[in-house]
Amino acid sequence: MQKWGIMRNWAIRCVVIIWRSVVLIVLSCSGFALSEKASALSAEDYAALAGGDNDARIAAIGKVVAGGDSSAKNFLQALLDDSVKIAGDKVFVVDSSGKAIDPITGAEATLPANAEDVINNNRVRSELEAGIAFLNLQMEDRGARAAAVKTLQDADIDENKTALLERAVAQEKDKELHDTLLQILAGVQLQSTDKNTRLAAAKMLSESTNQNIKQMLSTRLAEGGESDADVRTAIQNSIAAIDRHLQIYDYIGRVFTGISLGSILLLAALGLAITYGLMGVINMAHGEMMMLGAYSTFVVQNFFRTHFPAMFDAYIIAAIPVAFVVTGVIGMALERTVIRFLYGRPLETLLATWGISLMLMQTVRTVFGAQNVQVENPSWLSGGIDVAANLTLPYNRIAIIIFSAAVLLLMWLLLTKTRLGLFVRAVTQNRGMARCVGVNTTSVDMRAFGLGSAVAGLAGVALSQVTNVGPDLGSNYIVDSFMVVVLGGVGQLAGAVYAALGLGIISKFLEGISGAVLAKIIVLVFIIIFIQKRPQGLFALKGRSADA
Amino acid sequence: MLDVTVNALHSQSLLLRLFGVKGWAGFVAALIVICVVFPALNLLMPATSVLHISDYTVALCGKILCYAIVALAMDLVWGYTGILSLGHGLFFALGGYAFGMYLMRQIGHNGNYQSDLPDFMVFLDWKEYPWFWAFTDHFWYAALLVVLVPGVLALVFGYFAFRSRIKGVYLSIITQALTYAFMLLFFRNETGFGGNNGFTDFKRIVGIPIATGEMRMTLFVITGLMLLVLLLMARFIVNSKFGRVLTAIRDAEGRAMFSGYTTLHYKLAIWTLSAVICGIAGALYVPQVGIINPSEMSPASSIEIAIWAAVGGRGTLIGPLLGAGIVNGAKSFFTVAFPEYWLYFLGLIFILVTLFLPAGVLGLLQKLRRKH
Repeated sequence: MQKWGIMRNWAIRCVVIIWRSVVLIVLSCSGFALSEKASALSAEDYAALAGGDNDARIAAIGKVVAGGDSSAKNFLQALLDDSVKIAGDKVFVVDSSGKAIDPITGAEATLPANAEDVINNNRVRSELEAGIAFLNLQMEDRGARAAAVKTLQDADIDENKTALLERAVAQEKDKELHDTLLQILAGVQLQSTDKNTRLAAAKMLSESTNQNIKQMLSTRLAEGGESDADVRTAIQNSIAAIDRHLQIYDYIGRVFTGISLGSILLLAALGLAITYGLMGVINMAHGEMMMLGAYSTFVVQNFFRTHFPAMFDAYIIAAIPVAFVVTGVIGMALERTVIRFLYGRPLETLLATWGISLMLMQTVRTVFGAQNVQVENPSWLSGGIDVAANLTLPYNRIAIIIFSAAVLLLMWLLLTKTRLGLFVRAVTQNRGMARCVGVNTTSVDMRAFGLGSAVAGLAGVALSQVTNVGPDLGSNYIVDSFMVVVLGGVGQLAGAVYAALGLGIISKFLEGISGAVLAKIIVLVFIIIFIQKRPQGLFALKGRSADA
Repeated sequence: MLDVTVNALHSQSLLLRLFGVKGWAGFVAALIVICVVFPALNLLMPATSVLHISDYTVALCGKILCYAIVALAMDLVWGYTGILSLGHGLFFALGGYAFGMYLMRQIGHNGNYQSDLPDFMVFLDWKEYPWFWAFTDHFWYAALLVVLVPGVLALVFGYFAFRSRIKGVYLSIITQALTYAFMLLFFRNETGFGGNNGFTDFKRIVGIPIATGEMRMTLFVITGLMLLVLLLMARFIVNSKFGRVLTAIRDAEGRAMFSGYTTLHYKLAIWTLSAVICGIAGALYVPQVGIINPSEMSPASSIEIAIWAAVGGRGTLIGPLLGAGIVNGAKSFFTVAFPEYWLYFLGLIFILVTLFLPAGVLGLLQKLRRKH
């Protein structure tokens, strides 16, 4: 009995639950129905939107949009798409298949024979577009709102929309969209009849960085535009301020691309700073090590594409150690087989490593073909941060700056905090004495050269994200990176850092003035003149081996 | 010590100072080959004969003779003074461009557009020659430019470089950057030298059509004679006191300075002379090859010059001439027979010569002779 009772209780509970759900569903359905009913436009609204003269229709659009009724959007869009017909005061929406629908009930209807197309002139069209945009501003999705703001920015908005704009400004929470809306509002207010409104608007627009707004302000200054002297001054000040802003962002952009170029040069030069700066070996194959690093990235990318397509975006992370090891091992092999026989004969080393570079280039051509290969940015490195209308900071460039800073830090730690670094520095300062106190200089040479090459490989990984990957990749950077080493002085990381960033920023600024080629020549002349003053480079080791 | 050797040198007659008896025999043989054998076998021998030298061979040998002049210039600075220039291709190309300007003006109205201006200027919509093209329609002015442009550039660049005691690999790198910068400059169409395509489609020199066998042979003989004259001059220089100082600078610049020599002047003089020689070679090269473009200024072609000298044997004057012949002969062979493998081979030459043949082919021959 006890058991039965439990069963019965359980059954009742089930029934109750089901009943409640049913009620809930019914209620919610009816609730939806109710809310839809309440927000739908009335038959008069539809008639006013579709029929009558243009002024009346525009007024109706204004009213509907002011009502903030987002369900009107579809009908406005239908009007814009020219798929609305009218017969008397009955309005029909004709969809693409030719079916007529009564917008009031949403049911299919038969189109009367006397139904006519609703014709929109340009004015009505732009009103419709603006209206839809205003309604879109109420959406949750930021992207949709941003698109709406963009539409409004380009649209021709008159003073009647002030109230709508003010409401939109008040509602918008996103800072960027809020500011843009505010500027649009100011643009409308500039045409106000009230002098103080105009003055305030003109002042307000000085914050802008938008070329269009500058354009609009300039047209206000033209004949037939603004007549009041105070407002004219305010507008002129605003234009000057906008110019200033644009200029500042332009400079920031150049400094940024300069730093970005500098960090690439730095990566390229860091390896040279070890092989040339510390070991005194001119490695003309350094650029080819970068090229091999870039091709390693290419291979890893293809491997991920075929074997782990789901993790494709992570390939670049995997490419870093791969490139490091590949180029490091090749570098050590070269040191063992060729370079160690040439220590103390820098000119011969230069020629021999040039020969190596030719062979490496030709090998890559044989294996991968002479054409450039395609290295794709992972999705998290494409795109960028929009700082202003004329300034976008691409993610891949930002990543390279961070990456080269990290490599620099690691190199510094390696050279100053580890035993290998200690040995490398010892061998640099006095090879004979280092050997006397028991440093295995041949092993140190090999590892140091391997390290230099491996860092070049890392530079190649970075380069693969910003430039074409082809057999000639290295030769395009080798001259520049040697310039960094020459300018920075031998035997110093700090010199390479300052020289790389300095050269990067200077060349980008010069490029803005004189074009890329002349900039390069000016930089070269600058380096030659600079070396007149400081033959040791920016930072030279102090010591007696000045002639070495 | 130096004075003693120099005095000993003075006691010999000038002729024997330049070459030994065998050397003069070889020199005269070369003179005969260039001035008699080649013209006779090319122009007089019927094309069907086994002994006939084809036009292709003449053009190839003419080209190699130009390269040999460059190698000679390289040996003066690298082999004797220890300055490894990686920018000699620039001086070569500048000489070529200077003479190329004259050749372009000799085209006259025979260009594609039948205009007063060269085709590339018509293409750029230029209405008149830029200022630096002034007077280039006069042969002797162009010939002057061939000498002056590389000379002045080398003088100015060398003054600044040597004054601040840039030497060794530093200088090599800077010269490489110099030629690289010029290459970029000449690649621009607006620079006024035909951009990417450079100068080509020449029609005539001093009014005589350029594409005839006789003209080709004339240029070949002029190039050969120029090479021999420059060889004598170089020989004279390195055997003079001036040349001894150059060698001293190569071996120990510090000591030469402390002995009271202003090494800047010596280096500058030989550097500028070397650049001028390169310019002359370039001017002879352009009409024979029929094209000059900025790729001659690429760092790669400049560094190849160094390997010609290294292959033949630095500091011998004759060696680099041989080296230019060997490397470029091999290049012509490979690029026809196995174009894929040429760069492997060239790379291998670079490595093997520096590792195993520091004195070049000539050094190897001498070593073999000494063993016998």
